[in-house]
Amino acid sequence: MPRKLPALTGDNSAFWQGGENNELLIHRCSACTRYFHPPSPVCPACNSFEVGPQAVSGKGQVASFTINHQPWTPELQEPFVIAIVELAEQTDLRFVSNIEGIPVTDVHIGMPVRVHFQQEDDVWLPLFVKD
Amino acid sequence: MFDRLYEKDVAITGIGQSEVGRPSQLSAMRLTADACLEAIADAGLTRDDIDGVACWPGDNNNGDSFSPVGPNALKNALGLNVNWFGGGYEGPGPLAGIINGVMAIASGMCRNVLVFRTITESSTRQHNKQASALTNKTQGRDSSFAWQWYTPFNVLSAVNLMAMYAQRHFHDYGTTSEQLAQIALTCRRNAQLNPKAVYRTPMSMDDYMQSRMISTPLRMFDCDVHCDASTAIVLSRRDVAKDGRNPPIRIEAMGAALNQPWSWDQISLTQGAAFDVGRMMWARTDLKPKDVGSAQLYDGFSILTMIWLEALGLCPTGESGRFVEGGQRIALDGELPLNTNGGQLSGGRTHGLGYVHEACLQLWGRADKRQVADHNVAVTAAGGGPLGGSLLLVRD
Repeated sequence: MPRKLPALTGDNSAFWQGGENNELLIHRCSACTRYFHPPSPVCPACNSFEVGPQAVSGKGQVASFTINHQPWTPELQEPFVIAIVELAEQTDLRFVSNIEGIPVTDVHIGMPVRVHFQQEDDVWLPLFVKD
Repeated sequence: MFDRLYEKDVAITGIGQSEVGRPSQLSAMRLTADACLEAIADAGLTRDDIDGVACWPGDNNNGDSFSPVGPNALKNALGLNVNWFGGGYEGPGPLAGIINGVMAIASGMCRNVLVFRTITESSTRQHNKQASALTNKTQGRDSSFAWQWYTPFNVLSAVNLMAMYAQRHFHDYGTTSEQLAQIALTCRRNAQLNPKAVYRTPMSMDDYMQSRMISTPLRMFDCDVHCDASTAIVLSRRDVAKDGRNPPIRIEAMGAALNQPWSWDQISLTQGAAFDVGRMMWARTDLKPKDVGSAQLYDGFSILTMIWLEALGLCPTGESGRFVEGGQRIALDGELPLNTNGGQLSGGRTHGLGYVHEACLQLWGRADKRQVADHNVAVTAAGGGPLGGSLLLVRD
């Protein structure tokens, strides 16, 4: 099944399209130096407008995960792994993604991962592999 | 914190519930009218006494099966004349209708508020198995505030997100599938004593462990069962309530706080909104968790019940697995009878107000074969992830 893709906006396009240049772009506040996600035009920590996308290392670890077994649609190829990945740059800086490239039963919480991008139309999905 | 806690001025005076069908042949509005008219009569009131209507989430998605009837439609169907009415998804979870109704009464807008919740996911799923998939929440490209961050990664059901909460709970606290099973097994035992429950055949630990894995570590029996039903609750100003048919059940305290991002993945994975809600509720009462005689805690997915047990201080943080182990503590004759009508796992996904309905039946001694020991304090809570609300109920 083709993946459901996000509608691109001025706020979220850096995150969804940074992969075109092989960059994982995460919003950061220059006033308080904190990263935050999802991207927004105002910093949720200090309400500064001095925010913008910044390239991060693309490395992180698995904060939690699940192996999906349910065939929600006929086209879906289960089992596959959904994970919440915490990025190396900051505690609790995280987002939902998929872990690919290893047997699903080898994934575990705390496993080091690194980003790779999969293009679908004008979106570069940030997916992860074992690092 | 505050000079006066206004929810204590409000009481539940009547309850009603339609048939619980899988599926029902009745229309969504007929189910709703059955529940609402039963609740109004149970309160000893008439249609003309109702001057407010509240619902969560209301008709927020073209009347889809998650919430096919909203306050606007119900007001017209029953010919209600109201001072205030309201619905809407954005609020503290499935109990938001009650919380809004309490606030409408406490602020002097209304004397008697009819709160209802209708759901017809079972009949819809007869012809569309993907009706409740997250991808169907938006058309075309996903522009939703929340789901656009999940659906591109084939998160097609809420169970995937709940499963990651469960996985983290297992990792951090050593919780096991056998412990989690006790929520499902307890609900099934209780459902056998509830003639309205959807699933009433006995379930063993083997049945649970062999049930289909949906999204590790959650199995099919960790997921609630769709149904068609409507539930209604009448809230009354306390001085009005004392003249009713039932001993008033006072709203002793409410919890509705969210001190974290509204998000399914940015929020605490093992606490969700529930811990914020629990802290707020207990800050508004002199009662303590040990005073609670029965608990009706959201079990859309079994892991959420475990989180609510901890969030409400009914067991220590991280200890819910050991607390429910063996099932004795949470049985009908245990120290904390839990989800006494079978919950949503076996009773049916009435989605929120079913817990309040059952809490009232227990407090009024009307729970028939599943009646637990007489008590006057009950707690109910609903929601998961960023959704969460709770009510501490006291029969005077």
